[in-house]
Amino acid sequence: MSKPLISVRGLTKVFGDFTAVDGIDFDVAKGESFGLLGPNGAGKSTTMRILAATSTRTSGTVEILDKDPEKFGPLVRAHLGIVPQEDNLDGELTVTENLYIYGRYFGLSKKFIKAKIEELLEFAQLEEKRDVKVQALSGGMKRRLTIARGLVSEPDILLLDEPTTGLDPQARHILWDRLFRLKEQGVTLVLTTHFMDEAEQLCDRLVVMDKGAIMAEGSPQGLIKEYSSKEVLEVRFGSDRNKEVAPQLAQMCERMETLPDRLLMYTEDGEKLLEQIAAAKMHPTTSLVRRSSLEDVFLRLTGRTLIE
Amino acid sequence: MSAAVDIAEKNKSSAMYAGRPQVLLERGWLAFRSSNWVPVITGFVEPVLFLLAFGYGMGTLVGDVTTGSTTIDYTLFIAPGLLANSAMNGAIYDSTWNVFWKLNESKLYKTMLSTPLGPLDIALGEITWALIRGLVYSLGFLTVVTALGLTPSFWAILAIPAASLVAFGFASFGMAITSFFKTYQQMGFINIVLLPMTLFSGSLYPISVYPDWLEKVIMALPLWHAIEMVRAFWFGNLTSGVLVHIGYFLVMIALGLYVTSRRLRALFLR
Repeated sequence: MSKPLISVRGLTKVFGDFTAVDGIDFDVAKGESFGLLGPNGAGKSTTMRILAATSTRTSGTVEILDKDPEKFGPLVRAHLGIVPQEDNLDGELTVTENLYIYGRYFGLSKKFIKAKIEELLEFAQLEEKRDVKVQALSGGMKRRLTIARGLVSEPDILLLDEPTTGLDPQARHILWDRLFRLKEQGVTLVLTTHFMDEAEQLCDRLVVMDKGAIMAEGSPQGLIKEYSSKEVLEVRFGSDRNKEVAPQLAQMCERMETLPDRLLMYTEDGEKLLEQIAAAKMHPTTSLVRRSSLEDVFLRLTGRTLIE
Repeated sequence: MSAAVDIAEKNKSSAMYAGRPQVLLERGWLAFRSSNWVPVITGFVEPVLFLLAFGYGMGTLVGDVTTGSTTIDYTLFIAPGLLANSAMNGAIYDSTWNVFWKLNESKLYKTMLSTPLGPLDIALGEITWALIRGLVYSLGFLTVVTALGLTPSFWAILAIPAASLVAFGFASFGMAITSFFKTYQQMGFINIVLLPMTLFSGSLYPISVYPDWLEKVIMALPLWHAIEMVRAFWFGNLTSGVLVHIGYFLVMIALGLYVTSRRLRALFLR
């Protein structure tokens, strides 16, 4: 295996008496799509800022293309495309002007950027909005433009912090499609998310983070296989009865999680389990058989759900 | 290797400076050409209004003014002072309110610092932009004054480099101060300082009318140095005192640049 593009060892960031990132290790290989999955406050964004060379670390080592971002900030930033969580497009400028001036910040020539803009407008599906001021764009368009802007400098690595938070489902799917294309072109993606479906869609490999630490690492499928069963049966008996029937149900499956509104029963065959429950003369008000997801992995690892 | 990395390698970019402050000017121009021109025009018109109201209004009551050994017409007396004021206004407008917006609301500097640009690029670029604005204001004012026949001689053209120095100093210092402010209330503090300074620094009358102690206070303020410097060039009265004024502004510029780039680093790269 060739040397990783990003190598992080024992990374720790302390703010006052709060430890935001607590000694994490991971590598990202060239062309890989790597995710940091975890709830808000898990330390994902702090980690991203350190990778982006815009924040210092308390201890540990970070190497991006063999360079320490703290010592070679500008050079490391020249390798990166940044897509921050909050929209920080230049509100006083138009779509093309945003792309143009951002390229200029990297010192790129006007000629180079002008050619690049056409390519990026097409990628972001914003050809018709080229001379529109960015304030007039929808949330999804803004996010696509922010990604396009991050690509002006032809970065080796694209860092995306919560790329689809705040977008409606349709805009999310368009964005996923765009990111998938980048992945196919071999762009190395590093993204944070608290959406398990996003992590499953986009990441080749991910780490599950909670309270500044890495709880598990692997491919989405690998993690599900390791930490959960094939299927999940979700049953509801009404909020009062859920607790009452829980002990009896727990004996019928491999593992069970009791959530305030429903019971999650982990099993290899959800339909069969549902038949058993019916045979035991217990009648849930609603039931649903589904495949295990990263949400279940997170629940198993932390005892909590991703979105609280 | 991408072009961006190639450029960063060649530059041996330091953490503070990538050597590209001019892209800030480019960005300033892109934003400016589609912006609201009203505040620009009012900033220019203000000293012209002062000149008309005080010079031709009050001036008819005042008559002549004697400073040192020379006696001159009142309107002629206030013109260079107002030129210094004009340079200051132009520079302050961009380096305080506009900078505050980019620091705290639009987060423009934060975005720039996530590229290879450094804090000194931003400080130099923004201050130069403010300086250009100050210079444009003072050129405009000089044109009006010349049209009114108030320029004493061809040498008054030297008041323009002097006004540039004034604009540079106020832009640099203004941005440094603004980098410490977090709320609009704190920004109001700038106006509280500027208004009395504008009125009492000797653009409208010689400060020799003050008691001794007050005269000394005024002489410590930047606008007094600005007015005296511009006035010295305006009338071709180049004494060694001019060097003190120039030195005052050079220190102000250096201090402002230093503090601004340090603050930007502390705010966004920590």
